[in-house]
Amino acid sequence: MRHILRQRDWVPDDWRYLGEAAPGTEALIVPLAELRQDAQRWRSRPGRLGVRLGPADRVEDLAAELPGLALVAVEFPNPGDGRGYSSGRLLRTRYAFAGELRAVGAGVRQDQVFLLARCGFDALELADGEDPAAARRALGRYDVAYQRGAAQLRLRYRRGAP
Amino acid sequence: MYRYDELDQAFVEQRVAEFRDQTRRFLAGELSEEQFRPLRLRNGLYIQRHAPMLRIAIPYGLLATAQLRKLADITRRYDRGYGHFTTRQNLQLNWPELARVPDILAELATVQMHCIQTSGNCVRNVTADHLAGIAPDEVDDPRPYCEIVRQWATLHPEFTYLPRKFKIAITGSPEDRAASEVHDIGLQLRRGTDGGIGFTVRVGGGLGRAPMIGQVIREFLPLADLLAYLEAILRVYNRYGRRDNIHKARIKVLVKSLGAARFGAEVEAEWHAGRAAAPALAPAEVERVRACFRPQPYEQLVDLDVTAAREARFQAWYRYNTRAHKVPGYRAVFIALKAHGTIPGDMTAAQMEAVAALADRVSFGLVRTTHTQNLLLADVPQRELHAVWRELDALGLAQPNIGTLTDLIACPGLDFCSLANAGTHAVVRDLQQRFDDLDYLYDLGELEIKMSGCMNACGHHHVGHIGILGVDKHGEEWYQISLGGSANGFTALGEVIGPSVPQREVAPTIERIVERYRALRAEDERFIDTVRRVGIAPFAASAYAAHPAAA
Repeated sequence: MRHILRQRDWVPDDWRYLGEAAPGTEALIVPLAELRQDAQRWRSRPGRLGVRLGPADRVEDLAAELPGLALVAVEFPNPGDGRGYSSGRLLRTRYAFAGELRAVGAGVRQDQVFLLARCGFDALELADGEDPAAARRALGRYDVAYQRGAAQLRLRYRRGAP
Repeated sequence: MYRYDELDQAFVEQRVAEFRDQTRRFLAGELSEEQFRPLRLRNGLYIQRHAPMLRIAIPYGLLATAQLRKLADITRRYDRGYGHFTTRQNLQLNWPELARVPDILAELATVQMHCIQTSGNCVRNVTADHLAGIAPDEVDDPRPYCEIVRQWATLHPEFTYLPRKFKIAITGSPEDRAASEVHDIGLQLRRGTDGGIGFTVRVGGGLGRAPMIGQVIREFLPLADLLAYLEAILRVYNRYGRRDNIHKARIKVLVKSLGAARFGAEVEAEWHAGRAAAPALAPAEVERVRACFRPQPYEQLVDLDVTAAREARFQAWYRYNTRAHKVPGYRAVFIALKAHGTIPGDMTAAQMEAVAALADRVSFGLVRTTHTQNLLLADVPQRELHAVWRELDALGLAQPNIGTLTDLIACPGLDFCSLANAGTHAVVRDLQQRFDDLDYLYDLGELEIKMSGCMNACGHHHVGHIGILGVDKHGEEWYQISLGGSANGFTALGEVIGPSVPQREVAPTIERIVERYRALRAEDERFIDTVRRVGIAPFAASAYAAHPAAA
């Protein structure tokens, strides 16, 4: 069974992606294109709904659907593709998205998780082979930062906005 | 200069711990080379031709003597007793051992230094005018703003995995000694109509493949909005910059494809939309950083005629290797790293230590690096100049050629760099030998040669009055020559004069070009002005006159 690092806890994933869901599965994550194609159908479905953004998907195109979503999963296809960091930050700061913000993909490795958490990701679906204990430790690699962000750190710019 | 407080110190130490762990995992086989690569690059570590290369950050080129001594110490204990100063004001070690790099970083942290983001697809060292704070023509000292940008960019959670490297320069003077127009972002300090500090913002400049001059997207950005606006630029770039082709991933390609006007409109829209969440630059924080760059406790002095009745060699050095200072009785002194037989920018540990001692005595314990690969003592009392000259001369650091043909810039080239197509050192040696007559050099006057061993243009060849680019031609090292480039307040990209030439022909070809200049120039006309007036055709005609090898 798939596990994720939620906050700092290694827990079974209670969500399923479209295609892997058994009938009646309550919490379902659908791709953005699917959601936009038939928003009414997905919204009227019982149970929690989430969406998966590809690295090139624009947060702006999701804005109208956000109020009905309990989860946004942002894909990081490799560690070098940093587009998802902007998606996460925009969702948290501009769109005030308060549901689960999940990072998923081969780019979600222990050396990225600190930055991901700083951008507002509170759920990490680690890449295959990543050690969850190491990833949890990596969340605490720094206790100081030069920018405001999601985690509580000692900050340089205390007086500024985030 | 900026002094770390407890937060800054904690940060660099945590960074060292992180990299020590990453190196350990790589050496233990837990990280593949591909996985380790972006991590080591963000700590300045390349795997090069002979050995790893470590690039140490010297933010905007400012070094305290304790730091310079530590660098000397590190080159002795972890390398081969010398370092290489680069065109981006940093220092490179050519022979460190991978397993010991975490120890080097720990040593650097003890003197408030690091290698953070000196490579990789992230915001690099923020560079500035080497005469910052002392230039008579300056609007304001750019270094406090460089430091603020440095801190903001350091491990920025959103912008650490950009499409490509990202370089920011800030200049305080109309004579743009920081070459800000060929940076991804170039900020030029201005005073607003109310007298407040702000910046003209250029984006999309860059050398390398398809060189471009930065375009203005905002004429005046108030200081308080600096970080918010940078964040908007970086966000547009991070989201929409190309990631499918490394050669098209710089911001200049995005700016070009959208057009500067539309790119600017995107940035402005993002800036306005993001203002509520963007970092504000609190006046108290600006003051805290500015306080680190207050003017030195200068003596009340008057300007002296220091060259009267002195030897001709000293007079030449004074003329070429010193610069005006805005405080009477002081002068800025170049430490020339261009002696014959040496590689531009190379310096031995013994030289570093001697310069540190000298700076402690005569220049408030500070040394600067320049993008022309020299060092600078910024605040030398004029009464000390003769003694300083004698000392530098004894160290081999007083070659009186600053601003002349042999004060050339060159990247490390094929001898050290795994990216290079061609070497640079043999060409440098040929040029040093061919142009070793100082009277001839002085007659040629102000002339900048810039040389890169490949299209990445670390040697800034596009903006050299004479640019030299190493190319691979059927497995041999050949060199393409361009004319008319410049980066100081009048930015222009050089034009290639014709076919490339083999290594042994570079120096003779350049000699024919400068001879043509001597024949063409109007009285007191600089080389670059003659090229601008007559174009490259007459030079191209002369350049190839005598050697069939280049046909």
